[in-house]
Amino acid sequence: MRDNAPLLRIEGLRTVFRSSVGEIAAVDGVDLDVPRGRTLGIVGESGCGKSMLSLSVMRLVPPPGRVAQGRVLLEGQDLLRLSAGAMRQVRGGKVAMIFQEPMTSLNPVHSVGAQITEAMRAHDKSASGAELRDRAIEALKRVRIPSPESRFDDYPHQLSGGMRQRVMIAMALACRPQLLIADEPTTALDVTVQAQILDLLRELQDETGMSIILITHDLGVIAEMADEVAVMYAGKVVERATAAELFASPQHPYTLGLLGSIPRLDEDRERLLAIEGAVPPPFALPKGCRFHPRCPFAIEACTRAQPALEPVADGHLAACIRAPVEQSAELAA
Amino acid sequence: MLRHAVQRLAMAVPVMFGVLLVGFLLMQVVPTDPATVRAGPTATPDVIAAIRADLGLDRPLYEQFGLYLWRLLQGDLGVSIINNVPVTQELGATIGPTLELMVASLFWSIPLGIALGTIAAYWRGSLLDRAITALTVAGGSIPVFFLGLVLIWYVGFKWQLLPFTGRTGPLWTWEGVQGIILPALTLGGVFVGPVARMTRTAVLDVLGADHVRTARAKGLTERRVVTRHGLRNALIPVVTLIGLQIGFLLGGAVVTETVFSWPGVGRLAVGAILSSDFPMAQGTIIVLSMGFIVINLCVDLLYAALDPRIRHA
Repeated sequence: MRDNAPLLRIEGLRTVFRSSVGEIAAVDGVDLDVPRGRTLGIVGESGCGKSMLSLSVMRLVPPPGRVAQGRVLLEGQDLLRLSAGAMRQVRGGKVAMIFQEPMTSLNPVHSVGAQITEAMRAHDKSASGAELRDRAIEALKRVRIPSPESRFDDYPHQLSGGMRQRVMIAMALACRPQLLIADEPTTALDVTVQAQILDLLRELQDETGMSIILITHDLGVIAEMADEVAVMYAGKVVERATAAELFASPQHPYTLGLLGSIPRLDEDRERLLAIEGAVPPPFALPKGCRFHPRCPFAIEACTRAQPALEPVADGHLAACIRAPVEQSAELAA
Repeated sequence: MLRHAVQRLAMAVPVMFGVLLVGFLLMQVVPTDPATVRAGPTATPDVIAAIRADLGLDRPLYEQFGLYLWRLLQGDLGVSIINNVPVTQELGATIGPTLELMVASLFWSIPLGIALGTIAAYWRGSLLDRAITALTVAGGSIPVFFLGLVLIWYVGFKWQLLPFTGRTGPLWTWEGVQGIILPALTLGGVFVGPVARMTRTAVLDVLGADHVRTARAKGLTERRVVTRHGLRNALIPVVTLIGLQIGFLLGGAVVTETVFSWPGVGRLAVGAILSSDFPMAQGTIIVLSMGFIVINLCVDLLYAALDPRIRHA
């Protein structure tokens, strides 16, 4: 396999939920590449399907949801076709995941040490208890937890939110995964702690060379962390580009809207721009482009056909029939 | 942990005092006069008055209660009005069989209830879940005495598989084990349903928790996810609720012992109340409520052992 081949390739992924009004798609035909050793940021509002996308990769979509179509290729191997046992070895082994709420994502009745060694034992049955303890303490040290020997026996409620997220990261990285999926890893944390956790993730990425999928609604976090960005709206990727390109010349009106809603210190603005309305629920999607009811640039053609994700510049894809629009930035301002 | 235990023990003292007071007052409002019972049907009023004075019944209520407490502290629960045997002696002989019966009942009903509840929760909505739910609702709706009578009629009497006439020997003998099966099935049978329902609810609750998703994301097997991260956490509310249900079990023990002629405290209580043997009845009330307090204390300590957040609080 070529070295520049992506570590993870998602092709035509469709995740659906059975409901009283029929099947509804939370993730609707998503294609993504996660390059080796780099960070793919997935950004979007609540309900856009970004968390379901990550759970689909892990095959942890809660019932009645299921992955209906597509392929999830990790180094060319389709995870969706693995047996349950083989998939368990992937989870926490090659692909690990951390979640938004460090308060509730750790089990309150087991010590943090036990929870870390448990993750290790799941992937290495031969290691002895003492060996695992040493390795877990090593893992706690790696995420910069002070006096890890005494923290090993602590319970989650004895740790602060930031410390718990560090424990989550230590646990996720316990088996040296190639890919870390971080679903809103800093949303529940204080701003200063947020910065520490992001720094830590970057340092660990440099140390281990792992790839990261970073899911967030916060473009500030994306700017800080991501090499490449995918913008999701109503279950679909609407724009893909490198982070630098995306911030320099956003092409999809939705991305423009997201950028317009970030407060900036260098501009004197009375009000932040907000995107009117809300993400449509997956069972009541509009015809044509899913964003058109909220889009300031919508024309009659937008109500007819769903635009495909097409190149607008080198390495820059957007799903908008009006892209590339030179004047769009001026209009939004 | 030790401080927690001592605190709980200290809290049991006023509860016990309340139980004693209520038990004492209940005996006062019963229309039967102990002195008349003691004296027998042919006694003259003089004799009854003499007995009344002898028992201290002519003194004011608070004095009687004070005297009663004072004797109790010295381990003196009085003697039976009916046969003059010290109450403590009778109680001592019956506590053992009652404990045997309770332990034997819980020994099978709690694990079975927890297993059924967990299975129902994991396969929620399935045919298995619905079958278990139906079974537990039906089981929980059957009165103890009825279940006992049905078991006696079929298993004991018609099919002659097991004895049903009291304690047939100590538990370490085969006869003893055979003798306790039907009473333990009866008493435990009414407990399986509530435990299973509580477990189902608690496990369902936990299985939806974030940390269970974390456990799956670590690559643990489903069995480990369910037992170590589902059931282990669910046990906290289950144990609490079992503690609350224990009073119910003590009531069930009274009925079961009576139905099966099991020589325990429950049957002693029923006999004492029916024959107006007041000191004896009061003694059994003390023992049964002490049992309730002790079991609740154990549950509380177990709760702390299960939940580190309480242990460290």
